[in-house]
Amino acid sequence: MDMLEIKNLHVSVDGKEILKGIDLDIRAGEVHAIMGPNGSGKSTLSYVLSGREGYEVTEGSIRFRGRDLAELNVDERAAAGIFLAFQYPIEIPGVTTMTFLKTALNAQRKARGEAELDAVRFLKLVREKAKPLNVPDEMLKRALNVGFSGGEKKRAEILQMALLEPALAVLDETDSGLDIDALKTVAAGVNALRNPERAMLVITHYQRLLDYIVPDAVHVLSGGRIVKTGGKELAHELEKTGYAAYDADAA
Amino acid sequence: MAAVRETVKTVGEVEKYKYGFTTDIESDKAPLGLTEETVRFISAKKSEPGWLLEWRLAAFRRWLTMEEPKWAKVSYPPIDFQDAYYYAAPKQSVKLNSLDEVDPKLLETYKKLGIPLTEQKMLAGVAVDAVFDSVSVVTTFKEKLREVGVIFCPMSEAVRDHPELVQKYLGSVVPTSDNFYATLNSAVFSEGSFVYIPEGVRCPMELSTYFRINEKQTGQFERTLIIAEKGSYVSYLEGCTAPQRDENQLHAAVVELVTLDDAEIKYSTVQNWYPGDEDGKGGIYNFVTKRGDCRGANSKISWTQVETGSAITWKYPSCILRGDNSRGEFYSIAISNGRQQVDSGTKMIHLGRNTSSRIVSKGISAGRSSNTYRGLVSVHRKAENVRNFTQCDSLLIGDRCSAHTVPYIETKNPSAVLEHEATTSKISDDQMFYCRQRGIGEEEAVALIVNGFCRDVLQQLPMEFAVEAQKLVGISLEGSVG
Repeated sequence: MDMLEIKNLHVSVDGKEILKGIDLDIRAGEVHAIMGPNGSGKSTLSYVLSGREGYEVTEGSIRFRGRDLAELNVDERAAAGIFLAFQYPIEIPGVTTMTFLKTALNAQRKARGEAELDAVRFLKLVREKAKPLNVPDEMLKRALNVGFSGGEKKRAEILQMALLEPALAVLDETDSGLDIDALKTVAAGVNALRNPERAMLVITHYQRLLDYIVPDAVHVLSGGRIVKTGGKELAHELEKTGYAAYDADAA
Repeated sequence: MAAVRETVKTVGEVEKYKYGFTTDIESDKAPLGLTEETVRFISAKKSEPGWLLEWRLAAFRRWLTMEEPKWAKVSYPPIDFQDAYYYAAPKQSVKLNSLDEVDPKLLETYKKLGIPLTEQKMLAGVAVDAVFDSVSVVTTFKEKLREVGVIFCPMSEAVRDHPELVQKYLGSVVPTSDNFYATLNSAVFSEGSFVYIPEGVRCPMELSTYFRINEKQTGQFERTLIIAEKGSYVSYLEGCTAPQRDENQLHAAVVELVTLDDAEIKYSTVQNWYPGDEDGKGGIYNFVTKRGDCRGANSKISWTQVETGSAITWKYPSCILRGDNSRGEFYSIAISNGRQQVDSGTKMIHLGRNTSSRIVSKGISAGRSSNTYRGLVSVHRKAENVRNFTQCDSLLIGDRCSAHTVPYIETKNPSAVLEHEATTSKISDDQMFYCRQRGIGEEEAVALIVNGFCRDVLQQLPMEFAVEAQKLVGISLEGSVG
């Protein structure tokens, strides 16, 4: 069974149709990339998967591990295993990264009927996950994303993903704002989380990220539709030709 | 005042019906209304010395000439001060046999606050097993305090046992003529605490610990006096995170603090009075005068307050910085939800040289509430090199509440350096979505974000209360989203 089944998905924001019939199946263990020009609906797709208010499904359906996602709100989807790495991570003043991580992990564990982790076990777990991502203790003591550099923000996102161990990770423009070294660190973090039980949907404008996170399939999104699907070589092709051809198709 | 009358009468009826204790209580109550006779009755009940009766009577006569203050941004129906009782002997609370008899809603709140079981029983008025050694704990504390010479007792006991101290300091910070409610309090006060820390003594425990175990009926007109002699230190915590109900709708307490040379008082309050029902009916009116006098050089007074309850809060814990190099601090979290109205802040009166003050106020308004910060920083002509830093942050939740900041700054000395920062923000949809995407439920997300907003102030609370106060912040805002 596919982990994620999107069928004929139409989504409107403020009455304007952004996604106009998306079909997409992702199996456990696979990494799919969504590429497309600005305004093609990439971020809308990530928000509708995570259940953000204001993104209205007008037609079609999304099934995640056999469940209709329409039945679940944002935090229930998170507890069910959907994680979104934000393009622009949000600042939470006064809440240390450590506190935030603990609150999130325990909220998800509680929602799944698992015991909450105590402070000692939690600390051990965080340190274990933070080390390969080059996230020092000092950063965990700072308020989440407040005054973080671009690289720190993205590393903090991947740390959250590593800790929360989602079944499906949606990475929205994770490469934006990163220099090449930061990109490599983040990509290595993501690759370390690839496993046969986990699926990933990598949303990106540029092919660059896909040199480091190599996808099993690449989809081109344009004008609210998937206009082409191929293997990893499709990303390289796009890098040469650009999106112009697809824009014309969509129009 | 219709509301007070209603409350008093309703409570009377209920109690008659439920507990059948009418006769005893009636005989221990002052007659209805407020006259010189009422004041004499209270003083006689407490077998007070003549000077205190005269002091009360002077206050009463003064009060008759005063008018209720109208400048605060709160509104409520007029209060009929002649339609209330000003003294009732402490009531013997009804003992329940087990927690099973307590309102499950209350227990749920205790649980959320993480209050230990034994303490839950005491708070809810359940008879505590003889096995539990609360008495011996209290005795141990008392002995420890006695060893170092700290006096900590009810005000009426202090009047009896330490009249010279009471007479010297009572009304020396908040004079009987100070303001309408403080003057009323001076005439009719009947409960409250007295603390005296001798020279050079660092009080060996947070007086909170003792206080909580001793949790008693809070009076309607409490009067608290804390004196820290030269070089001494005390940390005092008033109140309780557990929701408190009281049949008296009007509360007008006075707290006076005095620090002599090199002394320090840290006074923390957690106030969670009944805020009224959904329409704001029946909640407590909390009109409080709190003031500290840094009388000695290099002394320090620090106020920390977490205000979540009451229908109306009118409260400005202040510092008179009289001694050279003295320091005043005010850290405040005021949360209003439902129909609550808060008008709170501080006054920092700089009289001495090199005095400094710091104000950090965090106001959170939700529901249909109104939350006002009102503060004064005043620098006297002779006060050289004064420093003040003020930070007022307001957070709005929803679109039906309001926040107001009213800072008054008066300086008569050009060497003063005064800073004022103010911000107003809302919990953004982005923040909520981000938290919820990580699996944090809506109410928990609000609590997390608000606790982050209040962090600077929460850190000022004594450790054991900081944890409870954090939970209280979340509980106070339940129902504010969605």
